Amino acid sequence: MPQKSIRQALNEALAQEMRRDPTIVVIGEDVSGGAGTAGQRDAYGGVLGVTKGLIGEFGEARVIDTPITESAIMGAAAGAAVTGLRPVAELMFSDFFGVCFDQIFNQAAKFRYMFGGKARTPLVIRTMIGAGRSAAAQHSQSPYHVFTSVPGLKCVVPSNAYDAKGLLIQAIRDDDPVIFCEHKLMYDLRAEVPDEPYTIPFGEANVVRDGDDVTVVALARMVHYATTAAEELAKNGIEIDLIDPRTTSPLDEDTILDSVERTGRLVVVDEATPRCSIATDIAALVADKAFDALKAPIRRVTAPHTPVPFAPDLEKLYIPSPEKIAAAIREVHGYGR
Amino acid sequence: MTGITAITMPKWGLTMTEGKILGWLKTQGDPVAASDELLEIETPKITNVMEAGETGTLRRIVAQPGATLPIGALMAVLAPPEVADAEIDAFVARFAVVEPGEDGTAESDAPAPSELETAGGQRIRYLGIGGDEGPPLVFIHGFGGDLNTWMFVQPTLAQRHRTVALDLPGHGGSDKTLPAGDVASLAAAVSGALEALRIDRAHLVGHSMGGAIALHLAAHHPGLAKSVTLIAPAGLGPEINAGFIAGFVQAQRRREAIEALHQLVYDPALVSRAMVEDVLRYKRLDGVTAALDAIVAAWFADGRQRVALSADLGALSMPAQIVWGREDRIIPVAHAEALAGKLPVHILDNTGHLPHMEKAAEVSRLIERFLGG
Repeated sequence: MPQKSIRQALNEALAQEMRRDPTIVVIGEDVSGGAGTAGQRDAYGGVLGVTKGLIGEFGEARVIDTPITESAIMGAAAGAAVTGLRPVAELMFSDFFGVCFDQIFNQAAKFRYMFGGKARTPLVIRTMIGAGRSAAAQHSQSPYHVFTSVPGLKCVVPSNAYDAKGLLIQAIRDDDPVIFCEHKLMYDLRAEVPDEPYTIPFGEANVVRDGDDVTVVALARMVHYATTAAEELAKNGIEIDLIDPRTTSPLDEDTILDSVERTGRLVVVDEATPRCSIATDIAALVADKAFDALKAPIRRVTAPHTPVPFAPDLEKLYIPSPEKIAAAIREVHGYGR
Repeated sequence: MTGITAITMPKWGLTMTEGKILGWLKTQGDPVAASDELLEIETPKITNVMEAGETGTLRRIVAQPGATLPIGALMAVLAPPEVADAEIDAFVARFAVVEPGEDGTAESDAPAPSELETAGGQRIRYLGIGGDEGPPLVFIHGFGGDLNTWMFVQPTLAQRHRTVALDLPGHGGSDKTLPAGDVASLAAAVSGALEALRIDRAHLVGHSMGGAIALHLAAHHPGLAKSVTLIAPAGLGPEINAGFIAGFVQAQRRREAIEALHQLVYDPALVSRAMVEDVLRYKRLDGVTAALDAIVAAWFADGRQRVALSADLGALSMPAQIVWGREDRIIPVAHAEALAGKLPVHILDNTGHLPHMEKAAEVSRLIERFLGG
């Protein structure tokens, strides 16, 4: 099976879905790239390279470059969604959600409810998350927990190219607004990806590794760090059950709870800040619904409650490392033994 | 050093690169027969028991439980009792030196599936292994399966025969769109594929629905089939586990898939996490649900088998044999028992609906012996 990067997988998902359904449009800043300039159009394929080739195949009516106005992009996309199109809007950096959050949080997320179930809002917002590139405090955050907290929004956080394609197609076919989070350091990460279109259901976690000693839940880039930690720990005979929820809303509670029922020990790894986070949410879920199974305190490995530092050395300290993850797993594994 | 046999890590399936030894079922010094179970091996896809393959004494266990080894790595040494320990030592030492050099070539020689297009324009994926001599063995998988279901028996039989395993339309890497889901259409796809491969005579081996397809082909194109081996075939009675069929078709989530797959086997431990993931990945592809629905409507509507081929089986002009698991929970073994005396029927104990995976070595032997006779 062909190996593809996350960038290629997303591009393929967009192109295949746009071929299948003429109501799908792509809208965002520079999604074709170079519009209105003397340079070559679509030379790079948008700022992220994800939309490359779409303008050539589908034209300007379906690949819409916008001014640098997030509120207008999201407002137009939400309106288009509720009136019959299936827009895939791009919010270049998720950090910018603040300027367009009314359109997302108070409009798109509420339409179905406010119109008594008679309105559908098939809107996808693709957006970039993640620290690690010295992009500083305003371009490095992972605010998926904010989107997760809003009833009416679905939130997807893929960790690999296979999941990225299947989840993006699922998001496009979904009739509710979906926030699709792409980690900026993972676009070139490769995996086996079928050429055919396919969907992965929301709320179905991926069990990355099997183990009976400690349950570890991790998202996006942290899945790979946790895997590194797991390989190290396996040498000492500690086998972790590594769960990648893939979607934070809906969340696959059953897979997490079933695993903790078996292991009695939980570590949650989250690149985001810890207060009111996914890590905290999952810790609360397990404390609430699997308390009797727990043999050790739950540990969260997260960023500190600070802005993301610009200085590379500090940024490296800020992001949970495989070493920190392994240390937390060892601690939880050894507790009470 | 005559009579010394290396027991090496086998290659099960297209993607296997290494295996983990779960445990030895014999201890050093034990006498073993060819069909004795030697050890249990876990791969990311599957856990299975490996048989000795040769008769001898288990003189040396080189790899211990828990060890993960690449394909072809030495795990143990079989030899007659009279071979000196020093000779065994020398064999092990020499093997360790030779093995890394062979690694690279073994990797590039690994068989990969190919694709063909039938005259009707259908894209079919197939895996051909083995020589070019004689009529090939053609493997036809069952409902919801693919050519990987033959991962244990195909390499074994390919040592002496040309072999071709196909993905039926709607399955594996073949086109997911079906012209129709009935037995004649699926059989036409198989004969179309064989035509494209210029195979005009073959030993057909079919499992479950693939067994019925093989039987249909043999009955309608007697010139094509030199022999037929039917493994837990459909088409020989009305009973079928309707709950399994519905559960398999509907399964979109891991838990549902595990529940369905456990019914296929006698020992649920055979169903690995990766096997479940492979099934889900297949089922998520666009078109698969529609293809499976079309097949169910033609074959298994109302919880009964609608394809009835017992008369065809009775009228076959070429040799046929039947293999069935005694604990088959999908199609009852009674269908096989009713045929005893009319043709060779092999019923395997402690075996479910997948004898070719659960008892791969035994099924390989049965096929080899059948072809030889």
